[in-house]
Amino acid sequence: MWDHCTIALETARLRGATYGDVRVMHLRQRDLTTKNGQIGTLAQSESLGIGIRVLANGAWGFASTDRLTREGVAACAAQAVSIAKASALAKRTEVVMAPEEAYVDSWQSPFRKDPFEIPLETQLTLLLAADEEMRRVKGVTLTETDMQFRKIDSWFASSIGSRIHQRKVISGCGIAATSFQGEEIQKRSYPNSFGGQHALQGYELIESLDLMRNAPIIAEEAAALHSASQCPEKVGTLILGGSQLGLQIHESIGHPIELDRVLGQEANFAGTSFLTLDQLNHLKYASNIVNVVADARLDHGPGLGTFAYDDEGVPAQCADIIKDGQFRGYLSNRETAHLVGLNRSSGTMRAENWNRLPMIRMTNVSLLPGTWDFDELISDTQDGILMETNRSWSIDDRRYQFQFSTEIGWEIKGGKKVRMLKNPSYSGITTEFWNSCDAICKLDHWTLWGTPNCGKGQPMQTMGTGHGASPARFRNVRIGTAFSNQ
Amino acid sequence: MKPPAKAVKKSSRNIAPAPELLSECELRRIVDTVLRLARSTGAEETEVHIDEVADNLTRFANNGIHQNVAEQGLTVSIRTVVDGRTARATTNRMEEDSLRATIEATLSLAHSQPKDPRILPMPGKQRYRSVNRFVKQSAALSAEERARAVRAACDLAIKNGQVAAGIFASGQSQSALGNSRRLFAAYRETHAEFSITMQEAPAASWAKANFADFRAFDTQKLAARASEKAHMAANARELPPGRYTVILEPAAVLDLVGFLFYDFAATALLDKRSCLNDRMGKQLFGKNISIADDVYHPLQQGAPFDGEGLPRQRLLLVDRGIPKNLVYSRATAKAARKTPTGHGFALPNEYGEAPMNLVFTGGDSSLEKMIASTDRGLLVTRLWYIREVDPYEKVMTGMTRDGLFLVEKGHVTAAVRNFRFNQSLIEMLNNVELLGPAIRATGEEAFEMVVPAMKVRDFHFAEVTKF
Repeated sequence: MWDHCTIALETARLRGATYGDVRVMHLRQRDLTTKNGQIGTLAQSESLGIGIRVLANGAWGFASTDRLTREGVAACAAQAVSIAKASALAKRTEVVMAPEEAYVDSWQSPFRKDPFEIPLETQLTLLLAADEEMRRVKGVTLTETDMQFRKIDSWFASSIGSRIHQRKVISGCGIAATSFQGEEIQKRSYPNSFGGQHALQGYELIESLDLMRNAPIIAEEAAALHSASQCPEKVGTLILGGSQLGLQIHESIGHPIELDRVLGQEANFAGTSFLTLDQLNHLKYASNIVNVVADARLDHGPGLGTFAYDDEGVPAQCADIIKDGQFRGYLSNRETAHLVGLNRSSGTMRAENWNRLPMIRMTNVSLLPGTWDFDELISDTQDGILMETNRSWSIDDRRYQFQFSTEIGWEIKGGKKVRMLKNPSYSGITTEFWNSCDAICKLDHWTLWGTPNCGKGQPMQTMGTGHGASPARFRNVRIGTAFSNQ
Repeated sequence: MKPPAKAVKKSSRNIAPAPELLSECELRRIVDTVLRLARSTGAEETEVHIDEVADNLTRFANNGIHQNVAEQGLTVSIRTVVDGRTARATTNRMEEDSLRATIEATLSLAHSQPKDPRILPMPGKQRYRSVNRFVKQSAALSAEERARAVRAACDLAIKNGQVAAGIFASGQSQSALGNSRRLFAAYRETHAEFSITMQEAPAASWAKANFADFRAFDTQKLAARASEKAHMAANARELPPGRYTVILEPAAVLDLVGFLFYDFAATALLDKRSCLNDRMGKQLFGKNISIADDVYHPLQQGAPFDGEGLPRQRLLLVDRGIPKNLVYSRATAKAARKTPTGHGFALPNEYGEAPMNLVFTGGDSSLEKMIASTDRGLLVTRLWYIREVDPYEKVMTGMTRDGLFLVEKGHVTAAVRNFRFNQSLIEMLNNVELLGPAIRATGEEAFEMVVPAMKVRDFHFAEVTKF
């Protein structure tokens, strides 16, 4: 693969590129699903190709191909330079990149059990057994399970001399039970909705989830939701379960801190951000107990945002985003770092595949654990609602106003969970919401959740991001608005 | 054994000539190779999908190009059937060894599962209606030409004291499908898309077009429209949430109603996750709502065959407010004793089928007429981040974006801060007072459709944001 990289970089240089970086990527993926006790999808795929990014005449060009011959790679590199020169016809400023060292390295994400070495029969047997457990429950009308495994090799080379090989193994799994009754559809998912939990782990992730114990629980809950009370509409105390809080972090902290959005580069599609440059080190983003980091290092955990180097050849880092409630940092790349006073990229450039341009993406944007035991948090709450497992999510294009609904809620009265609530939802303004946080559970309850489906960019790229979170409590939150009809 | 790239045609205007797609003969050769290799592996039936793209996208922001990309790729996806079991594997490596390994992967996957008595024999040869959506000028549009159009749009923004962001994309793609029962289908098309956001801080507005032929739209006119509306959107005032009459431009209609159509899959009804369960044949929407799925409509794009290789049928989904027909794959059609409609996805899958070429029956009210007929309401340019809140009542949430305007006594009188909506699609399609002519619309949350602008009463806005 390094030969392809060398040909690409040399061709680009000869055609006039002043900088170039190249990624050869090989992706292997396996997808298994079941529905109502039958196999749904049973598929695997592989994709191998090269993406070449160059600077010429002070502007960017990118071209990609799966024609991995000497001629194919050279033609692709020449095309990238031609595109860069076309970009220069409508450039506003010269691209300036923060300095970075050259690295020669090889890294593999740790895993105990290679999911591609586990017999398919084992994987399908587990899914079908979990599916059957859910179907045993009266009132369940649809059962679904899924597993997904990916093995991604990338070979990165740049004209400053870096040569970095990385291999990542990613696993994911989830189950869901749906119940249709009367004029209502209710659903429960485990361990998370929209595909379950995903992490930079091997098959050991699947074994840790204990699907068989949880399948009947969510099936019973899906059926029981029909007779649960409607979540009331009010302003009150809200406790979010960890996975829902992970998505709240993703939407109302992770996206607003992307510096490309802040600078208007996503204005036409993903939107911009309320976190204008003057807010850095001045905005009281959250209450004093809130600490958020963007951490791509393995030390943080095996998240979907964990790696050794980003797709610009910058080593993984941990950066403060919110420190004691104060806004402290953005996600940056080599092109934008200097705009926020940094002399180095924060290492967040990531591309979905060989045919996509690296762009600023979340790594693991996580809320650090607090001090509360979960039972203690419930017993300390006199009147509140606990909401768990996302059902819908939406936020405006500057990331101020959001509305989320979850699959299930629990009313808390006098320090106890007293009854199930259906159709729970809440809404708010980002900074008001985070400033209302008065309790965060401790490390025992903290999970590094994986969001495998974050869309951004044109052409669209889907990226996995990590979000560590433990349950937390928020005061004076608008509750129940999604189902209000006023 | 990947066929070599054909010699590129040199255009005097091109600085980076676009690669040509494989010929139909070359596609057939790949299919034949896979079928030959599969015969020696014990596969009883084999199906081959080929997809090829050559896409380009120029992206601009802050009045200049900041990203500019090209992509070329070819994938071969193979499904085999053996002993009542089936599975799929996909590769983009065309060497014979890779194709053989991919076939073996399908067999290995298939052998790992229980027999499935529902698997149908693959379909034989079919007849397809011809559609022509390949425009060589779009395929040949160069990075330089796109850059010049972007430059002109950015110059307009600078002249008007605004900031432009957007894309100008063009490209070509093709799909082919063949199987061991001698079915063969192939289709190619081009696409061109221009989308622009003009920002007059803190306001913004937007315009977008998408056609097979880039000459079907005028990038400067789109830029001028977005610019004019961005200026109108400045100094937005806050209105209280509540129920308003709205005039939804076609892009807003498209992105909202796009969430309705997976419910027309027969599989969705069998799974009891469709809002049409217990509602087929009833007066669900207003009598002014009729919707067809029609890949042959002149404003539509897409192949005339589905993922199983069956010809797509034109189908009336909603007739004067009554859901009349569902779309059927071969499997769901057999289970329901119906005829497959040519809307199936590639097998195996758990979703079955879906209509992908929606055409609404329009009306004769222009946007201007809708505004003139409105005593008090809101004109909506575009919607954003739409998600389903209630799957049976089809309550959707989302935000207005890039230009929300107050209409009073027949005139646009002010810009308004953006709202969050929580609105049932079923209720909305009962409250349509006026329809515009149906046009090819494009948004960001749903695939392109032929839809009209709509004037809708009692649209529910739940909360307001800060801009």
